[in-house]
Amino acid sequence: MKSLGNVRRSFAPWAEPDSVAYIRFENVTKKFGDFVAVQNLSLDVYEREFFSLLGPSGCGKTTLLRMLAGFEEPTNGQIYLDGQPLKGVPPHKRPVNMMFQSYALFPHMSVEQNIAFGLKQEGMEKHAIGERVLQMLKLVKLEQFAKRKPHQLSGGQRQRVALARSVAKRPKLLLLDEPLGALDKKLREETQFELMDLQEELGLTFMIVTHDQEEAMTMSDRIAVMESGSIEQVGTPAEIYEAPSSRYVADFVGSVNLFEGTVETVDNETIQLNAVDGFKLEALCERPAVELPEKGITAWYSIRPEKISVSRTKPATSTNAIDGEVWDIAYLGDMTIFNVRLDSGKVIKASVLNATRIVEDPIGYDERVWLSFPANGGILLDR
Amino acid sequence: MGTLFRRISIMVPYIWLLLLFLLPFLIVLRISVSVLEYGSPPYIPQFDLAAGWDSFIDSLGMLNLENYVFITTDALYRNAYLSSLTIASISTLLTLMIGFPLAYGMARASDGIRPILLMLVILPFWTSFLIRVYAWIGILKPEGLLNQLLLTLGLIDTPLTILNTNTAVYIGIVYSYLPFMVLPIYATLEKLDYSLIEAAQDLGCTALGAFWKITLRLAVPGIAAGCLLVFIPAVGEFVIPDLLGGSETLMIGKVLWTEFFNNGDWTVSSALAMILLFLLVVPIVLFQNAQAKATERQG
Repeated sequence: MKSLGNVRRSFAPWAEPDSVAYIRFENVTKKFGDFVAVQNLSLDVYEREFFSLLGPSGCGKTTLLRMLAGFEEPTNGQIYLDGQPLKGVPPHKRPVNMMFQSYALFPHMSVEQNIAFGLKQEGMEKHAIGERVLQMLKLVKLEQFAKRKPHQLSGGQRQRVALARSVAKRPKLLLLDEPLGALDKKLREETQFELMDLQEELGLTFMIVTHDQEEAMTMSDRIAVMESGSIEQVGTPAEIYEAPSSRYVADFVGSVNLFEGTVETVDNETIQLNAVDGFKLEALCERPAVELPEKGITAWYSIRPEKISVSRTKPATSTNAIDGEVWDIAYLGDMTIFNVRLDSGKVIKASVLNATRIVEDPIGYDERVWLSFPANGGILLDR
Repeated sequence: MGTLFRRISIMVPYIWLLLLFLLPFLIVLRISVSVLEYGSPPYIPQFDLAAGWDSFIDSLGMLNLENYVFITTDALYRNAYLSSLTIASISTLLTLMIGFPLAYGMARASDGIRPILLMLVILPFWTSFLIRVYAWIGILKPEGLLNQLLLTLGLIDTPLTILNTNTAVYIGIVYSYLPFMVLPIYATLEKLDYSLIEAAQDLGCTALGAFWKITLRLAVPGIAAGCLLVFIPAVGEFVIPDLLGGSETLMIGKVLWTEFFNNGDWTVSSALAMILLFLLVVPIVLFQNAQAKATERQG
């Protein structure tokens, strides 16, 4: 069986023709004065999905989230939640809860009171509130901190209180705005897995905004990569990484090498490309939805650093191989990154897994090396 | 040298307090327990320090509390205190009712116009307080600007009598002390993280509920500071009741002034001032405690 990357869980309602979208953005546009934050955007998200909006700051991802929460109304278009149009429904009437980037914990209330706040608004019975709060405190492992005020907690603890507060009402949809942004790397990685477990445990739909691609890749079922108010690509982490739809997506998610070239021949699904760097490239067009490129157009062959091999000896075939000079070496522990300068002046990144502790005869600076890769190592992009 | 410098710099505020607060306070206290006499100064001094330590001890034994006793026996003073407290309380409430929306509007205004609004609040300070109160006479008097306007608009047939009534005093106090209410409230509201209100709404609060439970609750330190900054000087206010108030307006500041300048009774007026001070110390201490707690809470 072949698969594009490894799959976290078998969950793919978007691939089934009869599944119904839980959240639907229909041609949504949002303008702030002259500034267009979201441009004619349509998107379907499914129940129980862990969905990430990924993009640089100012790409409109937070605006999308705020429109779902009800803090902003779309200028044009319609948003549906569970089949119901959301237009005109105030924030407090939406079955949606949000975890804020700043956490927005009420400073005058204890951890307990913060978590109970939403339940009280609901008019839940006092006894039931106490039970639910305890349950939430257990969930985020903060039982001993119930009586503390937010300012008496560490950043990580505050983040967990914010999370507990936002899931206490058992919303069907939880919105998370950069939930891990303020945490340090180690805590962030731990929390990512906690969030995933929580989502599965409570059976919620998560919609998360982040600018951290690694975070999005780790947690999401699907990712929408956004740029200036539009969605560039929606796909599983593997699709986004291994089959990006454009140079923008390829470049935004992970690191990538792009070879510009002219399409020379198109034979079945094998495409020959004349790279501007002075070598011949062969690519496979494997996506059925994408049309084969025409002869003579400019295209870009996008390949990830780990799919390029580095060797001193010239490979057997002359396609998909080019030589250059080692310009920089970065040893990262788990892998080594070689920056190889081609004769055209372009610097190519190639990463090599450090599978053994001891390297016999390592490649050094200023050495001439050959870079080679299989035809299906990269993907041909036309934009 | 470092420690010496530090000691001196710590001492500066203490010396300041000693010279400009404690010393005058002690002088007034001394006059308040002295005996009235027609002369200059118009009292027989107690605690004559020049006479030495022994006479100081002696005079402790024959403390003259007559002035205080006198104040409690005359209903005028009691009424003046009560009336002052009432007028100050009502004015504080009115100032709060006008000042809070004003501060809220300022805090929510766009960054561009906020400094201008702040400037407008502070601007009246550039004109003398006395002149501004005098200006209100011109506005409120029977043939003044307000009556002319209302008559021209046909809203009234005969001029309203506002000047020389308690209403004019309220207007004067609210007008004069509004900035002291607006500024501390603005300072707390401006710091307020708006996402807290959004979070409250997100968790099921209506806009009004979020305002009540979050905005207003977190503005309490500012509201308390503003109320005290208005209430305390308003209780002892003299200029406004004197210029805008009438014969019905009874305020302790005015009584004190009359006692001191018209009757030349330094001892009773000093005792009046002492009692006023102790009346006001209570809310100040309460406020300080609350402030300390709030600071502790906010970390």
